[in-house]
Amino acid sequence: MYEVEIRGMASAHALLAGSVLVGSLMPAFTVDNFSVYGTHLVWLFSVSGCVALVSIAVFWLLGVSPPTKKNTLSYKLSRLVRSGVYFLLSCLFFHIVVVLYGAPLLESALETFSLAVLLSTLTTLRCLCMLGPNVQAWIRVFSRDGAMSVWDTSLQITTGCSVVGAWLGAFPIPLDWDRPWQVWPISCSLGATGGFLTGLLAAPIWIRWHRKQLTYKLK
Amino acid sequence: MKSFPVMALLLWLCCVFYVGIFLFVGGFLLVRLEVNRTSTCEDVLPPSSDGTSPDFCSEHPRVRRAVILIIDALKADFARYDPGNPSPRAFENKLPVLGEMVASRGSHSRLYTFRADPPTTTMQRIKGFTTGSLPTFIDVGNNFASSAVLEDNLIHQLGQAGKRVVFMGDDTWVSLFPKKFHRSLPFPSFNVKDLHTVDNGILQNIFPIMDGDDWDVLIAHFLGVDHCGHRFGPDHPAMAEKLTQMDGVIRSVIKQLQNDTLLVVMGDHGMTDTGDHGGESEKETDAALFLYSGSPLFPAPDAQVEPEVVPQTDLVPTLALLLGVPIPYSSLGQVMLPFFPRNSLLDAPVVLSQVEALWINVKQVHRFLETYSSMAKDIPADSLSQLRAKFSKISSKYMSSIHEGVPPPSELVASMQEYLSSVREICRASWARFHPLKMAVGLLVLGFGCILCYVISELSAVVLQGGMLKTPVLAGLLVGGAVGMGQILMLGYVEVSWCLGAAVLFSEALFLWRARRASPRSRPSHWRLLTPPLLVLLLRCASLLSDSYVISEGRVVTFLLFSLSLYIPLQLNWNGLLVPAASADTQKPPGLLAPSLLPSVVRRESSTLLVCTGILVACLYLSLSFHNCREEQGACQPSAFLTPLSRVQDSRLRNLHYVLSLASLSAWAFLLHRWLRHYGNLNCTGVVVFTARCLLPLASVCTGLHWAVSATPEDTFRNLAELISLAHVILPRIVFGLLGLGILLLWLDPLTVFLKTRAPLTSRGASMPLPRYRASTGISPQAELHHLIPQLYQRIRHSLDDEGDKGTDQDGRPAVEAYGLGTVYSAPLVLLCGLMGLGMLLLHSEGMALAFLLLQLQAAALLHLHASSSNLSSQQNHSSVFSVPWAPVVLWSLAASQFFHATGHLPTFPSIQWGAAFVGFPQGHTGTALPALLVTLNTFSSHILFALGCPLLLFWPLVRELRGSRTSQTCGDDNGDEVIMEMRLRENPQQFSSALLQLTARYLFVNGAQVLASVCAAAILRRHLMVWKVFAPKLMFEASAFIVGSMFALIGVALVMRVDTAVARLFQRLLPESSR
Repeated sequence: MYEVEIRGMASAHALLAGSVLVGSLMPAFTVDNFSVYGTHLVWLFSVSGCVALVSIAVFWLLGVSPPTKKNTLSYKLSRLVRSGVYFLLSCLFFHIVVVLYGAPLLESALETFSLAVLLSTLTTLRCLCMLGPNVQAWIRVFSRDGAMSVWDTSLQITTGCSVVGAWLGAFPIPLDWDRPWQVWPISCSLGATGGFLTGLLAAPIWIRWHRKQLTYKLK
Repeated sequence: MKSFPVMALLLWLCCVFYVGIFLFVGGFLLVRLEVNRTSTCEDVLPPSSDGTSPDFCSEHPRVRRAVILIIDALKADFARYDPGNPSPRAFENKLPVLGEMVASRGSHSRLYTFRADPPTTTMQRIKGFTTGSLPTFIDVGNNFASSAVLEDNLIHQLGQAGKRVVFMGDDTWVSLFPKKFHRSLPFPSFNVKDLHTVDNGILQNIFPIMDGDDWDVLIAHFLGVDHCGHRFGPDHPAMAEKLTQMDGVIRSVIKQLQNDTLLVVMGDHGMTDTGDHGGESEKETDAALFLYSGSPLFPAPDAQVEPEVVPQTDLVPTLALLLGVPIPYSSLGQVMLPFFPRNSLLDAPVVLSQVEALWINVKQVHRFLETYSSMAKDIPADSLSQLRAKFSKISSKYMSSIHEGVPPPSELVASMQEYLSSVREICRASWARFHPLKMAVGLLVLGFGCILCYVISELSAVVLQGGMLKTPVLAGLLVGGAVGMGQILMLGYVEVSWCLGAAVLFSEALFLWRARRASPRSRPSHWRLLTPPLLVLLLRCASLLSDSYVISEGRVVTFLLFSLSLYIPLQLNWNGLLVPAASADTQKPPGLLAPSLLPSVVRRESSTLLVCTGILVACLYLSLSFHNCREEQGACQPSAFLTPLSRVQDSRLRNLHYVLSLASLSAWAFLLHRWLRHYGNLNCTGVVVFTARCLLPLASVCTGLHWAVSATPEDTFRNLAELISLAHVILPRIVFGLLGLGILLLWLDPLTVFLKTRAPLTSRGASMPLPRYRASTGISPQAELHHLIPQLYQRIRHSLDDEGDKGTDQDGRPAVEAYGLGTVYSAPLVLLCGLMGLGMLLLHSEGMALAFLLLQLQAAALLHLHASSSNLSSQQNHSSVFSVPWAPVVLWSLAASQFFHATGHLPTFPSIQWGAAFVGFPQGHTGTALPALLVTLNTFSSHILFALGCPLLLFWPLVRELRGSRTSQTCGDDNGDEVIMEMRLRENPQQFSSALLQLTARYLFVNGAQVLASVCAAAILRRHLMVWKVFAPKLMFEASAFIVGSMFALIGVALVMRVDTAVARLFQRLLPESSR
């Protein structure tokens, strides 16, 4: 039913996964003594930056986002500004949630905020790209009958996987193994990235598997 | 409502769990009584032939000084030396010094296999080879709070004899023997990863001290080998390095040894191939024992038969007699005969011969056995009488040989040895063995219990209708009785645990089989079980299997609770219930859809839900700041609120804390009062209102005063000292009395309903055309909105309606109005929780008032969250109205664990707040029941509160019933406005009882699963390094929490039933009156 769309989505997802890889490898050439554990924040921001760039570029080119009614420059500008504000707010939101989950409040605030930035990049940024700065639409997408295209379904899956990945990443922290990746927030950010990659892989497969059952309402 | 079957089922469920816990704990935790008597010099003397008793202690001992090197986990294999081994493994042939010494200086040294008794953990072992007894996990003594050894022991005896004992090494010793050492150099033993701190600390100090003359007995406990085993396992280069280091140590010590000094090198236990210990396999129990003396001490190696294996306890009497001190009172060891000459030597009369040494030993063991058997009954009577007979035979033989002046016959030695080993065996059998079968049966019973809870919660209606309980219980009793009879016939006595186990297992199996047959054919798939709430429960149970998670349990539970509370709004949104349905849906014909709520209602409920989630999350976060710290958590600071006010030095801080506590105390009472008033439960003239209006505030005032009194520094009001000490006693007792009275009154008359019979001519008269069937009418519209929600029970209304105009007025108003009927069930429960909470708050330190306020807020937020979510999801499913889903039950139960930690408790024995026993009783108690009760109430306060409040989960959605929702679509007039709240339960007594049963069974399931998980942890990890430090205490606390919690859950259910009967009586009284 949705063969073409699924193929397009798969290639977009491949690009995104590639961006994660590039983001991990790039600092190895530019930064001295780079390691994922040792200089974790460098890795984290490099991955976030690459994923952000690629997802914005991909969705711009593919034109998945809903067509805007007005095409004036000022409207576009205000959308852009609102998107930026929403992104910042979502970073704050994730920061607060992570702190409520038990992250230290003051000690490693920078690390916690970096994790929030990564999570926002993996989740909110995609929402912004696909649905625009429209919270109503976001709420709508994350309900059982809310998806209106395969892209919405893939958004559901990747976002859920990223968040669950970060959640699972918190599990090994209390263990007394003394491994370098148990340091806050390495396991969580690795978990989130892993979840994101899993979601990217799982979404096309899942949609293809269930393509008979999927019916979308017309927009 | 069927109260009896519900109660019987729940009682049976609880009993099943209790029996399971009893069986497992009986097999796992070995209990022994401590005998707190000490031997003195007079006891040990052998009667000499001339009748005068020489003073044993003042004589010149065989050995003047001793150096005891304890190498933790020095396995027997490590000490063997085999020069022919071509490729020794890392732990082989690394201690050649022992072999060399034995070979070259046979009369100076011996090497034995040294067998420890399980549990093979260091602390138990240290107790073992100092007291000579067989320590178990729980040595019931006078003093729970500290780990100091109270039994008679070598260290104590050496101190009594004036020997200077110098200790260095593992700091466990210092906590076991506080202030007993002449000099001590403890080093931290906690960090298992640290191989060198303790050993290097000893090495720096041991040689200078040995050179000096300020010691008689020197004990050095090395930990490196043990830590190396835990970290790397025995077969690792690090172990080779460590053992080689030990070899060097022993060599240097031997070099410095003087002639009158004995060197003992021993391991306290062995290790498995992975480097662990704690269990009872031979690898764990077999350690090495090496003895060396500067002067020849032993007979020639082949002069007598050498024992192959020396039990660990045997070292105690041997060392005691060699060093010239009495054998510790409760030692069960047997002197090592190679140290003693076969016959008394004429040239050295001070040296004890074998028979003399054994006689001292036998007498001491016999004396201990008599004392112990008079205190405890766990040694079987028949074996005890056999031992007594043996002793009297030995005693008469020995005495006769002494009197006749002939050397005792040599078979006397053999019979003494036999006596001593049989005593040891019998004691071992009753103290120092796990019962794997009992543990397995306990596990099985608990596992079946959990399945049972699940089945009952799923089939509650079927189970109640079928009356399925009677046959299984009767059959179980029969089987239990049969097993008991069989035991009497076969063994001659009854062991209660097996009868109970058989009875419970049989009845469980029978019940499950019948339930399987009675269950509906179309069984839903079991994948349904893997919903997020049960997944969270599973994670919680899995977390109990890891020591790291148990150590940080408070945070883990909070994390899981937080996840689950975020899940509820997310799930509602996923189902599209959180936002008003889109306009497209309403265009569909209304008949096809379930009656959906109005958008405004949905919006209001969603915002309530989100606000409640916010409050819940805030409470969760704030509750983290009330945690206490385990000793395993290194860089943790206990909450500042845990220190009693009297210990806060800074007076401004103290005042601030006091004001905060007082504010939360009054907020606790105020919120309670406010809620009751809001639902119109404070209108009647009954005793409950008296409780809520007078007793509760009075008790709060007294609590506040008590805090003020106990916070005053002792030296400020000198002239009022008497008054203050009086207030210390009186104020808490007043509070206890008031609360007890309140609870009693609440039980006697739980109804909070105010009936108002309307006068024939109402004030508002006929001017207002009121609808004929209006159930809720207030005194004034404002009061109706804000204060009272008067209710009329529908049945009255119907009956009045049937009666025609006789009972009703001209304006069609009902003749009777009832205020507070809508919350008739929950009001007493809420009040009871409030009273209990206040009482238990008094048992905590003052700062915990904040935590209790948080508890109240969080419970309220949880209830509202549950109510809103069930209101919202009522759009979708109407199947069973009262059924409480899993998510709130799991939340409720996890919150109990969360507040266990957030009220400053920890699942460890040292962290029990013993101060609670002295609230109101500063002079102490005479009995043990009252302090035990107070400490239990203090420890499990959060479990008690949440268990009592469990039925509220059933009532709250009805209390917060949506107005105008259910019927507004069918008829638009005021008829739809009727709010009958909890009276719905009375209308459907069948569903009420099945829902109550389901809810309680679910609650028991959630708690029981946690008990099962900690039982599994203890059973699986019984050889784990942390078993006695983490898992066993956790098991004890979890099991006790379950027992206390389930009892109070039953009390809560019983109160609901009490209210139900009272309501029934009320209606019976009303109906004839109004129909007259």
